Amino acid sequence: MSTEASNHSTQTHISDEPSLVLDSVSCERGERLLVECLSMSLAAGQGVRIEGPNGSGKTTLLRVLAGLSQQYSGAVRWCGEDIRQARAVLAADTLYIGHLAGVKALLTPLENLAWWVSLHIPSLDPLSKESLLNALTQVGLQRFANTPCHQLSAGQQRRIALARLYLSQHRLWILDEPFTAIDTDGVALLEQRIAEHLAQGNMAIITTHQAMQIEGFSSYCLDKVEQKEGGGQ
Amino acid sequence: MNGSKPNTDIGIFAAFNALLLRDLRVYFRSRGTWLNPLVFVLMVITLFTLGIGPDPSALSTHASGIIWVVALLGIMLSLDALFRADFDDGSLEQLLLSPQPLYLAVLAKVLAHWVITGLPIVLASPLYSLMLGIPANAIAFLALGLLLGSGILSFIGAIGASLTVSLRSGGLLIALLTLPLYVPVIIFGSQFVQSAIEGWPLMPTLSMLLGLLIGAIVLAPIAIIGGLRLSQDS
Repeated sequence: MSTEASNHSTQTHISDEPSLVLDSVSCERGERLLVECLSMSLAAGQGVRIEGPNGSGKTTLLRVLAGLSQQYSGAVRWCGEDIRQARAVLAADTLYIGHLAGVKALLTPLENLAWWVSLHIPSLDPLSKESLLNALTQVGLQRFANTPCHQLSAGQQRRIALARLYLSQHRLWILDEPFTAIDTDGVALLEQRIAEHLAQGNMAIITTHQAMQIEGFSSYCLDKVEQKEGGGQ
Repeated sequence: MNGSKPNTDIGIFAAFNALLLRDLRVYFRSRGTWLNPLVFVLMVITLFTLGIGPDPSALSTHASGIIWVVALLGIMLSLDALFRADFDDGSLEQLLLSPQPLYLAVLAKVLAHWVITGLPIVLASPLYSLMLGIPANAIAFLALGLLLGSGILSFIGAIGASLTVSLRSGGLLIALLTLPLYVPVIIFGSQFVQSAIEGWPLMPTLSMLLGLLIGAIVLAPIAIIGGLRLSQDS
């Protein structure tokens, strides 16, 4: 990862090699400027952990990168194409798990996953339960596959969202506080899955307050003061 | 590997079906959602019969107008729930980030909502036709008019729902946004029923209703998608 103030050499870089490039991205929420002129790039097999105190704009930045929020200046390029134009390309390559799990309380974990698969993994038949059950087993929910989600705990509901990581073949993972409400063993398993993902030549952007021990991960602090002093690493 | 181009062969229809079935499942498991508009319509029509009095001729003179306005209000009151739950639990984010065409996803959502709100109102129309003294030969036409009209109301109302989903209390704002757009539906809908009662030609108003429905199905999802995308920026 490089965090030069303005990286113009990447501007004309278009290739098949997956890459995420942020070119002086600034975003604000309300009237406050949260992220100011952030430039960085991410290549295959790299991950970045966005750090920063509460309210420093981690979620806002992630929502911009996922293509959810349009309120930013500067440019974000996925594989050389501006994501404002190439929304469909980014959507097909990206898995985003935000603060909200996207899990319906009235449905069972299996039904929730089937719905998500039909939307996000067109190559997989949502009715073939085998792969879905396998993913639920990976997050330790096999016994609750057919229990309505409102009967499950907050951590278990979070695990349903994270079961997507075991189905996903997306090249970029954008995970906002993925370890919230997850127990220690669960966190270790997830770190292992994320490391696997990077080892396959994919990318990940994660915000978390927990310490992570994953190879290939650099961290970037969104604290404004540090940023002005040069920031990064 | 998931390439940059989504596999669109079976994916689109699988996604449409999955969305439709999932929404219907959610609605049927949250009992009441689908009953509320119907009960509302029946209660308000009962109030009208009590308010106007037992004179059958007075009732049947205003019957078509009463039924259309009440059906409109019933559908409108249920619209706030259309995207609210998905917005609150994050399903909407996952929907918007899907590589599948959003157009079909929105169609599925509005269709599912219509099945649990509009359709019961259509199916119960013989019941309140009798309460308001609509002649027996016009009941089938009233149901047909409501079938087309409730679809238009759902699609137009969904635009209002998508624009107000990120507001904490969008209820009244939906009404203010959508009521002006409902005017043509009310005019042609009640005209259609009146024509059936009086024995006037039906084709002019029927073709207007059909045209409005087709227009709503084709154009409303575009506005709804815009509204939903905006909701993610607030």
